[in-house]
Amino acid sequence: MRNVTRLTTFAVPVLLAGLLCVEISAQGQGRGSAAPQTAQASAAFDITGYWVAVITQDWRLRMVMPPKGDYMGFPMTVESKKVADVWDPAKDEAAGEQCKGYGAAGLMRLPTRLHVTWQDANTLRMDADFGTQTRVFHFGEWTSPGGAPTWQGDSVATWSPRRVLAAPSSPKARGLKVVTTNMRPAYLRRNGVPYSAGATLTEYFDVFPEPDGDMMIVTTVVEDPIYLYNPLIVASHFKKEPNGAKWDPTPCSAKW
Amino acid sequence: MGSDALLGKVVTARLAGEVTMKTTIRTTLVAVLLLAAAAPAFAQVDISGTWAQRPYTDSLGYNPGNGPTPVDYTGMPFNESGLARALALSYDTQIASDDRRCVLYTVAYMMQGPQGVRIWAENDPRTGEPISWNFGFGGVLSPLTVWMDGRSHPSKYAPHTSSGFTTGKWENDILTTYTTHLVAGSIRRNGAPHSDEATLTVQWIRHGDLLIVSGRFDDPIYLDGPYHLARVYQQTGGAPPRAFGAPCSGGSEGVAEGTVRHHLPGQNPFAKELTERYNLPMKAVLGGRESMYPEYRKTLKDSYVPPNKCNTPNLRAGIVACGGPGTYPTLPRERP
Repeated sequence: MRNVTRLTTFAVPVLLAGLLCVEISAQGQGRGSAAPQTAQASAAFDITGYWVAVITQDWRLRMVMPPKGDYMGFPMTVESKKVADVWDPAKDEAAGEQCKGYGAAGLMRLPTRLHVTWQDANTLRMDADFGTQTRVFHFGEWTSPGGAPTWQGDSVATWSPRRVLAAPSSPKARGLKVVTTNMRPAYLRRNGVPYSAGATLTEYFDVFPEPDGDMMIVTTVVEDPIYLYNPLIVASHFKKEPNGAKWDPTPCSAKW
Repeated sequence: MGSDALLGKVVTARLAGEVTMKTTIRTTLVAVLLLAAAAPAFAQVDISGTWAQRPYTDSLGYNPGNGPTPVDYTGMPFNESGLARALALSYDTQIASDDRRCVLYTVAYMMQGPQGVRIWAENDPRTGEPISWNFGFGGVLSPLTVWMDGRSHPSKYAPHTSSGFTTGKWENDILTTYTTHLVAGSIRRNGAPHSDEATLTVQWIRHGDLLIVSGRFDDPIYLDGPYHLARVYQQTGGAPPRAFGAPCSGGSEGVAEGTVRHHLPGQNPFAKELTERYNLPMKAVLGGRESMYPEYRKTLKDSYVPPNKCNTPNLRAGIVACGGPGTYPTLPRERP
């Protein structure tokens, strides 16, 4: 009896502590006995709403049309330069390719506003008013239906832990990771620096509070076996806006 | 067994039960407290190691490059004082003066310079808890120490240094650091100034082998609003970050000690350089808070004509300031 009491005295707390650990772990990894949550229900942060690009870096290469031949900032291959050197905006417009400067791999560097909404519980929609582009991020088991490549490609999204080889400290300790493929060849910079159909775009969206509202930093990694000899890695800021009062959709232009 | 004896046994059992229950509760509390104490060890992302900068943003200002054009304040939210101070600065000649060449290399330089970073933690030997995270930037005068032990920032009358005083906290696996007590320095590599009242708030976010850095400068003296900068580091797998020369080395131009070279109002010889080179209106070259947002394009539409070629001159041997193949060192094809 005494042994049983001793066992109870020490086993119960240890068991309770263990259960607590399992519960914390399960929360962290989004596991449990319940059905899997939707991407919207398990969102690490609220990315919906209106966001505006804050352009303080590479200003003259992003805010206005950059000069032909200005390639600073790209680990570009010889093949890439050959293509960029013959960039002709008039030719792009005549060919109906004026949106080449607005493809997924270059879009987050442009002077744009974003409007983010949940299209459904597992699909995030991101509209950009600069060039009037729409990106769609698919969560869950979604696979690309294939078909012709598009300017914005096929995007698979996950809520991704911010730590390596470990569960996040809480369900909110995750960023939005988006991997995009099947992109129609377009431009990394509007002055004709190309990316190919074989390029892969990996992005991390992170949101954090600031004294005057939420800030989002979008980290873009472009890997292209043809036109880049290193992955192109840059990060861009977006500030949350209270509403869509400044939303101003404009068509693609190859010249302005 | 008499009733007294029975009662005695019941009382004894009840007392024993209470003792057992108390012990159980106490042990549970101890276990929970131990868990709570262990939690902070799991509450921090490991950002230690060596990280190389990926210099593809503002690349002309980083290495490789000429350095930014002396008067390029595009996208900077300067107020009138900040702009006047920036235009008065003769950056190149100041850093060539023996007694002023280190002045501009505050910890703010980490957001602008070409250097990588080595990060390490200092832990409490008794608890193992990090007391500080430390960031060693080649090219910055001394490491950035981020105090994680809850200490307060010192009095505003405390000395200001090139590294300032920084505290940090983890939230949702993002390390947010806050720096005060900086000496006056620069927030762009052309010497665009920050005052000694500037503060720097930085988010350090890890995703796999990437360390994303989001910086925000607030300066009540020279800025009209927050100024954001971003940069990305990539883990090198132990290899030290690429080495660069110490920031305080450089050729002396024989400027007499105590002399501060400067430009008088309206006489900065570089003021029109960006306009002449890229057709940018002067108002855009001088920045301003409104210039950071997309709607600013509307004010440029009728006045800006893109140059038909890149006009950036190569100011240093081995530099191709317009970029192109081979501009950056080749990295291993596969990311770790």
